[in-house]
Amino acid sequence: MSSAGNNGRALPWALVTPALGWTLLFFVLPFIAMGLSSLTVHEGGSFTLSNYSQFFTNPSYWQAMVNSLQVTAIVTVVSVLLAYPFAWILAEQVPERWQRLALMLAVLPFWTSYVVRSYSWLLVLAQNGVINRALTGSALITEPLQLANTRFATVTGFVHFFVMLLTLTIFANLKQLSPSYRKAAADLGAGPVRTFLHVVLPLTLPGIMVGAFLTFVLCIGDYITPQILGGNNELLMPQLVMMQIGRRGDFPLASALAIILMAVVTVAYLACARWLKIERA
Amino acid sequence: MRALIRFASWLYALAIYGFIFLPVVVLVLFSLQATSFPIPPFTGPSLRWYDAVLSDTRLTSALVNSLLVASISSFASVTLGFLSAWGFARFVLPGSGLLRGLITLPLTVSYLIIGMGLLVLFNWAGVPKSLVSAGIGHVVINLPLCFAIIYSQMGDHQINIERAARDLGAPEWKVLLLITVPVMAPAIFAGVFLSMTFSWDEFVISFLLTRFDTTLPVEIWNLLRSGLNPKTNAVGSLVFAVSIVLVVLFELTLLRRKTA
Repeated sequence: MSSAGNNGRALPWALVTPALGWTLLFFVLPFIAMGLSSLTVHEGGSFTLSNYSQFFTNPSYWQAMVNSLQVTAIVTVVSVLLAYPFAWILAEQVPERWQRLALMLAVLPFWTSYVVRSYSWLLVLAQNGVINRALTGSALITEPLQLANTRFATVTGFVHFFVMLLTLTIFANLKQLSPSYRKAAADLGAGPVRTFLHVVLPLTLPGIMVGAFLTFVLCIGDYITPQILGGNNELLMPQLVMMQIGRRGDFPLASALAIILMAVVTVAYLACARWLKIERA
Repeated sequence: MRALIRFASWLYALAIYGFIFLPVVVLVLFSLQATSFPIPPFTGPSLRWYDAVLSDTRLTSALVNSLLVASISSFASVTLGFLSAWGFARFVLPGSGLLRGLITLPLTVSYLIIGMGLLVLFNWAGVPKSLVSAGIGHVVINLPLCFAIIYSQMGDHQINIERAARDLGAPEWKVLLLITVPVMAPAIFAGVFLSMTFSWDEFVISFLLTRFDTTLPVEIWNLLRSGLNPKTNAVGSLVFAVSIVLVVLFELTLLRRKTA
């Protein structure tokens, strides 16, 4: 009773079993159910691969994956290009004592509801929204631009979110960099530009890759932003999955599409594994 | 040259801040709009849309649901996460690396897929859609987070305090409640507040797993179908305010850990 030795076997398992049980019951088991479901036919019992073959033969499903990959690639590249100089400015140009505040301000809108954040971009991009009003008001254009319900709107909404995320990760990365590297480069005669290109940038590349991977994963799996901002003009994968559930109640096909989406993420992970491992070490 | 870089930096930072704040400022500004459309020109100020939100029973009950699901599910997440973190940090278990990996695995899967899996499973098992189902999903996504935070903060100095308590005759449950929980309080609070913010803002799982009684993000989603509407702006601004409060609490617990 008084020592840990008496109940040495039972206690540790009693501690970890609830969490493990929860994960098995509500994460692993559902995943297996989804896998099995993906092998059945909607309103039919027999096992089949037809849900998967549909993905490869139906051009509109295939197109959704192409759209998803294109949007995700554009978002990832644009977000990194915008966030890196910003994180650099926060880390290098802003005085030390203001950095925490500057960073907190930069990620403040992060904490609005995700649904609301996408909606508020609609206010900016709509036919009679802020941008169009400003442009027509200043007589730069006569007809309002079609900004909402386009790929441009989807990308803008995503970039808004991921610039904040990447600024955080890249900033942390830049701060970890020991100043002695830069001093050494300067002592050896490198100017600021060369120091940046040959010392700072390569050393922060693993961090960028981790951030880019995170962007990829979160972006390709997201339903809200493309649904609110992109409308139904072009479908992305998560929208396609949700459509199978919402409109047609076709769980098997939705399961198969979700598993394909997950497979793509896994491939991306394996492609980035080298960079991701460096970061963890 | 240096002055030029400095000037360009200021300009660039200002542009990015503008980009980041533009939608939020527009949201809050037009929530104060007096007329029925949240578009320029600004005709406000008026609080009538906040009034409309607070007297809308669907929205207010969704708000209560959200707070309920967020607090219960984050309490469950942090309890399960804490117990397992303690178990893994203090005892040698066979295959513990693998088991820890299993607990953190849901972090790598998108919410859409976690929600879909639960939907398929519950559908097969005949479990009806409800706030409870959605709450179960919220624990799935927040448990790994709580576990990871708390496990990473279990240091060696705590082992010694625990050993001292045992040597003085405290039974395990007393060690846990009177020593470990208070010592780990900052990490536990961090886990609670992070889980609450994530649950509070979670949409897709709640959307898939609830039907009549639902959470605020889903109810906001339903509002969006009516197009641009100052009521949506008002409720969005309120949600923003609640999130900021949670974040500030989170910051304070982190700061306390740093000074402690």
